[in-house]
Amino acid sequence: MKLSDEEQAMRRGEFGPLRQWAIEHQIKVGNYLGAADFVPVTQAHIMADTESLGRAGVEWLESWTRLPREARQVRIPTITDPRGTDFAQAQKLKQQSWMLDLERRAIAAFEAFGVLMTDTCINYQTIMPPVRGEHVAYGDTGVVIYSNSVCGARSNFEGGPSALSAGLTGRTPRYGYHLDGQRRATLVVELSAKPCELSDWGALGGIVGRLAGDYSQVPALVGVEHVPGPDELKHFGAAMASFGSVALFHIAGVTPEAMQFADLLPQGSTLPRRAIGEADFRAFQARYARDIGAVDLVVFSAPQLSLMEMRTLAGLLDGRSAEIPLFAVTSPQVKPDCDRLGLTARIEAAGGTVLSGMCFYQSYAREMAEANGWHRLATNSAKLVNIIGSYGYRPVLLSMEQCIEAACAGGKLAARTQS
Amino acid sequence: MSGKIFYAAAGMGRKVRAKALVASDGFSARYDLDRVRGVFSRPEHKLAGQTYHGRVLVLDAAKGGVATAWMLHEMRARGVMPAALVLNRVNPIMVQGAALADFTMISGFDCDITKAIADGAEVEVDPSGEPPFIRLV
Repeated sequence: MKLSDEEQAMRRGEFGPLRQWAIEHQIKVGNYLGAADFVPVTQAHIMADTESLGRAGVEWLESWTRLPREARQVRIPTITDPRGTDFAQAQKLKQQSWMLDLERRAIAAFEAFGVLMTDTCINYQTIMPPVRGEHVAYGDTGVVIYSNSVCGARSNFEGGPSALSAGLTGRTPRYGYHLDGQRRATLVVELSAKPCELSDWGALGGIVGRLAGDYSQVPALVGVEHVPGPDELKHFGAAMASFGSVALFHIAGVTPEAMQFADLLPQGSTLPRRAIGEADFRAFQARYARDIGAVDLVVFSAPQLSLMEMRTLAGLLDGRSAEIPLFAVTSPQVKPDCDRLGLTARIEAAGGTVLSGMCFYQSYAREMAEANGWHRLATNSAKLVNIIGSYGYRPVLLSMEQCIEAACAGGKLAARTQS
Repeated sequence: MSGKIFYAAAGMGRKVRAKALVASDGFSARYDLDRVRGVFSRPEHKLAGQTYHGRVLVLDAAKGGVATAWMLHEMRARGVMPAALVLNRVNPIMVQGAALADFTMISGFDCDITKAIADGAEVEVDPSGEPPFIRLV
């Protein structure tokens, strides 16, 4: 990689050992992925829950906090993805004290770097959405795909170590979605069905993600009849990134780099085309509902819920009573508004629990399952359905309304939701 | 077949030799593994229930979220991890995770590497080769 004078100085250790590690890490990554040089970035977003970090990761972070302050401060605004707990609700979740201790240590370490503990995976809805053409270094695949596709920003998937490095150096290797040539469509998806619920948008994202299949693929959707809202695109993108490791999509006439169908296509090329219809949606949903007549809990999470989702949830729960655990996970930015506007009280009056600053699958999901006897889980998040199986759960993908029906029926699933 | 070499587009980490665990499926530490028991735990994965510790994983593509970037480091610290990862296609997260953990990984072949290497075969992975390679031994 071609290095500027400042980057070479970082590499020599003139900005301290932490920035020296950071730039070396970025060079290693950049060399592997064919980056020619670095690109300055304006924001970084770090995924670093302690279930991923483990004790070793937390100790590694702490080892750098002993440096003088000027040698360990991030250079650009750097924020965080959800943590592994909501300290106020940890007892209810039956999380253990060692988990909370590890979380506190990780938080202290990030604060020592000057990182803002925003604890959210919907920063594009709540903190500072990037603008078209802005180069950023975001973690959380859902954040990256939304920022790239809907905002027109430029980011690769930046895992925790790389996002932290970007925060410390103020740059990232220029490869992948920082480059114009990587952002053109590689696959055209023709949609003949009409997604209605958020879970349908998530299912569509999952189907497209599976079709696309890897990070280099950029699906372009045609046939979307109405302009989807931010929450619909949030579920769509998060599921696509989760199922397919996809970081950018286009929707003809909707997303900023695809205002004309011709904008999507590389010059002179004919792209592969795939059709998605109603039967694909049914097959996707049925795959997760086999032989499950009842669930043990209902979870709304992954991504965290927006204020509008919380409002819808509160409305559907008014006058109802959940007879099994029902969790609604939102961000620390949205939660105070939910409290102030009475949404939290309405959800809790119906037996639900509002969790803030965490994400269900990033919060020791296996240990929570064992401690609480949870096994079968209903959610409207296709992303959560994709992930949670490896933690020992059997998930079912339902609409928000169907999830609530199940929660209020003691977990029993209505016949129409079973395959 | 012994001695047959398959060259990769990129690699990092140290040279290793171990038995291959092969499937035409993806890889994500969070989505697919029980990292405490050292087994593939996602029921739909083609290697579900199989132990990965000490094996050269030969799989199709990197999948899923960003957690693997930390998890490879955590797996190494606990000593329950694959010997190496050999993939047809990577995403940046695998590269970032391998870089932090000093983990052996190679990727990018002119054939489907999951079809070229038999499950259980003894293989050598040399990321420092020019180009990097996996070899049947």
